[in-house]
Amino acid sequence: MSIQTLLYIAGRLVKGGVVLLVIAIFNFFLIRMAPGDPAQVLAGEAGATDEIFLQQLREQFGLDQPLYYQLWIYVSNLMQFDMGITYRQQMPVFDLIMERMPATLLLTGAAFLLSLVLGILAGVVAAAKHRQWLDSVITVAALIFYATPLFWLAMMAALFFSVYLDWLPSFGMQTVGENFTGWQKVKDIGLHLILPAATLGLFFTAVYARMTRTSMIETSRLDFVKTAKAKGMKPSRVTTHHILRNALLPVVTLAGLQAGQLIGGAVLTETVFAWPGIGRLMFEALFQRDYNLLLGVFFISSAMVVLFNLVTDVIYCIVDPRIELSK
Amino acid sequence: MKPLLKVENLSIRLPAGGDREFAIRNVNYDLMPGEILCVVGESGSGKSMTANAIMGLLPKVITVDKGAVIFDGYDLASLEEHRARTLRGNRISMIFQEPMTALNPLMRVEDQIAEVFLVHTKMTRKQRHDRTLALLEDVGLPDPHKMLRAYPHQLSGGQRQRVMIAMALALEPSILIADEPTTALDVTTQAQILKLIKELQRKHNTAVMFITHDFGVVAEIADRVAVMEKGEMVELGNRDAVLNNPQHDYTKKLIAAVPPLVSPKREIKPLQVPPILSVENLCKTYRTGGSWLSKARIVKAADDVSFELHRGETLGLVGESGSGKSTVSRCVVRLLNSDSGKIRLSGSEIQSLGTKELAPFRKRIQMVFQDPYASLNPRKTIGQIIADGPIAQGMPRKDAFAKAAELLALVELPIAAIDRYPHEFSGGQRQRVGIARALAHDPEVLVADEAISALDVSVQAQILDLIETLKKRLNLAVLFVVHDLRVAAQVCDRVIVMQKGKIVEMGDTRQVFESPAHDYTKSLIASIPGANWRSDTTAVTASGVQEGAA
Repeated sequence: MSIQTLLYIAGRLVKGGVVLLVIAIFNFFLIRMAPGDPAQVLAGEAGATDEIFLQQLREQFGLDQPLYYQLWIYVSNLMQFDMGITYRQQMPVFDLIMERMPATLLLTGAAFLLSLVLGILAGVVAAAKHRQWLDSVITVAALIFYATPLFWLAMMAALFFSVYLDWLPSFGMQTVGENFTGWQKVKDIGLHLILPAATLGLFFTAVYARMTRTSMIETSRLDFVKTAKAKGMKPSRVTTHHILRNALLPVVTLAGLQAGQLIGGAVLTETVFAWPGIGRLMFEALFQRDYNLLLGVFFISSAMVVLFNLVTDVIYCIVDPRIELSK
Repeated sequence: MKPLLKVENLSIRLPAGGDREFAIRNVNYDLMPGEILCVVGESGSGKSMTANAIMGLLPKVITVDKGAVIFDGYDLASLEEHRARTLRGNRISMIFQEPMTALNPLMRVEDQIAEVFLVHTKMTRKQRHDRTLALLEDVGLPDPHKMLRAYPHQLSGGQRQRVMIAMALALEPSILIADEPTTALDVTTQAQILKLIKELQRKHNTAVMFITHDFGVVAEIADRVAVMEKGEMVELGNRDAVLNNPQHDYTKKLIAAVPPLVSPKREIKPLQVPPILSVENLCKTYRTGGSWLSKARIVKAADDVSFELHRGETLGLVGESGSGKSTVSRCVVRLLNSDSGKIRLSGSEIQSLGTKELAPFRKRIQMVFQDPYASLNPRKTIGQIIADGPIAQGMPRKDAFAKAAELLALVELPIAAIDRYPHEFSGGQRQRVGIARALAHDPEVLVADEAISALDVSVQAQILDLIETLKKRLNLAVLFVVHDLRVAAQVCDRVIVMQKGKIVEMGDTRQVFESPAHDYTKSLIASIPGANWRSDTTAVTASGVQEGAA
């Protein structure tokens, strides 16, 4: 990588930092605009509702301070990479998020790979069989998955595969009560992973399939494909070496978008399938008005989006020599 | 001598519902070893279709109806695909019109050329590399070692076409099919590529089938000529016979439409002073990239450009791509904002006016655009397209449409066209609409930016004729941006020659063409294909073009 590229990346990281700070401040106000009071939730759970206890809780979390002061404390802590302590678990927010991170990454990563591989494959097949029955099947299927709401699909899948057929577990990440080790554990987690990963990945599978199909068909009409044919190459080689590479460029952009959602994008799926990841953590934090935890999850999610935007641009510059990273 | 390739009674059927049944019909010709056969015709004549049939590259929906293409004992028209593949790129190869898009943008030059060896030979990686390098040297590319590693976007159009030629000649094919290989190139680059093709063809004794619409190129390169009209071959003969003594009416018409290179004698009219448009020290610079991290790329598209345009005059702005001629024309009509300089429209300075102050001046200077297919809104009727401008300037709707009808008559289109949509018209008719649209404002200055370069020669002549007539009738001043020097020689009273944003020469057309002063002008004129053919104005009269120039 050239010096210029490295400088570009450094510049983008600095800009990304500024963007994140603005997002953090914005989130701070957004959350406070929601009605509710964490002290009341906590006190309610403890079974005590007297004013003095509430006041104590508020003082403990600094919620009695003026809003601008709270913001100042929050931002200055954040600048030192300190996201604060959760109200409920009394744990550092960062530690709690990191604890849940592997589960989420496993789920979203699996969904990401699944949708990329399956989507591109389906798109290539559909383009190759353009206007034949297989093309229609793939196009219609993609449209259905594209249009179906995720949570509904998740519940139907659980109902069908777990309740009706009893093939797959419908909730959690591991079988409760069993302490599997080694390969058995891998298999157990794998089985638990299938339904949520498939549910989460289907939407993007459909998106990739549609995009790859269109892009393949468009690219195959370009002049250089004719040049390739005129060299006397087999159609399969023309497809893999000339059409596919060019056709995948727009898919890279979309994959970057999906990659940005690796952490924040699985709230619904994790909630429906009781997957112990960050999405469910956020869902719970929302109901408990656990401000620090919520802000922490928001922050990490947006950091991922900013990071993957940059990664996408760098990848783009590698796969497409026409693009230079300098602006 | 035995012919290398025999096209026998070839007919290719178009899919049902097209504007005609056959793309080509009963075409017969032979290609001899080592000869250059030019296939000439206007767009839609089926000249490329024959080439695609020989290469086996016809689109799936188009089929060979009958006839045969005999090469080396095979009938290419009916050969199974896997056998045809062994010939393609090996014994018969092809180069295409658009060097900008004919190469895979994601692959290095080396990989694209070496692919030919990979597919057809058992050469090792090292051998492929060495042969590719030798080929790049053969086609005269500078610094071949560096070229190997280059991507297509790093090369100029001419260089890309050289890469295409290297690729096509990699395995020393018996036949090279060149489909308008120089049409998209500048005139000086075209001259180099034509020379290269001829050189390599001699060296390897390759038979070349050269498809073109340009009789200048034919005169430059052909041994024999085949003329096609609407899918049928109307004339076939030796170059000199066809060019100087055409037999078929269509050939005669095509050749007559080629403007002779010598500028006709004009009475030198005193220029009407003061000039309607005067441009002083116009500058326009393009910056790309650039920030606190990197240096910007700076292109001076207009560098201290000054000229005057008078009523009743056609001023040609000629130059190659990148010379800045389009930039100047766009700055003059204020479609682009120039950086500095003065533009005076009958005395009023308009270069620095803001959008609002400029509005009343807009109608006095109007533009006709290059691409008649892209410059008309496909969702509006011809009437709306023409009337939109006057309505925007405050004319009542009814009057504007009445005016549109008048203008259609003026540009010789039927009044019925007013309710039709652009797609129902041919390129030449659309360009008439483009002219009517520009005239709707009763402009004093008409700027025509390559207004005829997307059209066939015979249509070009008609449009030029129309512009000339209108200029006289309406006493217009015309700024004519054009890259085709033959056209410039015929229609312009004076010409400006531009290179890299600068005016290098300006003067009366006849004088500039007969005794060019600047080296660049000389090289431009020397590069015109077929410059020796039709250097006398008297041989054939270019209908219309001449009449306007008298």
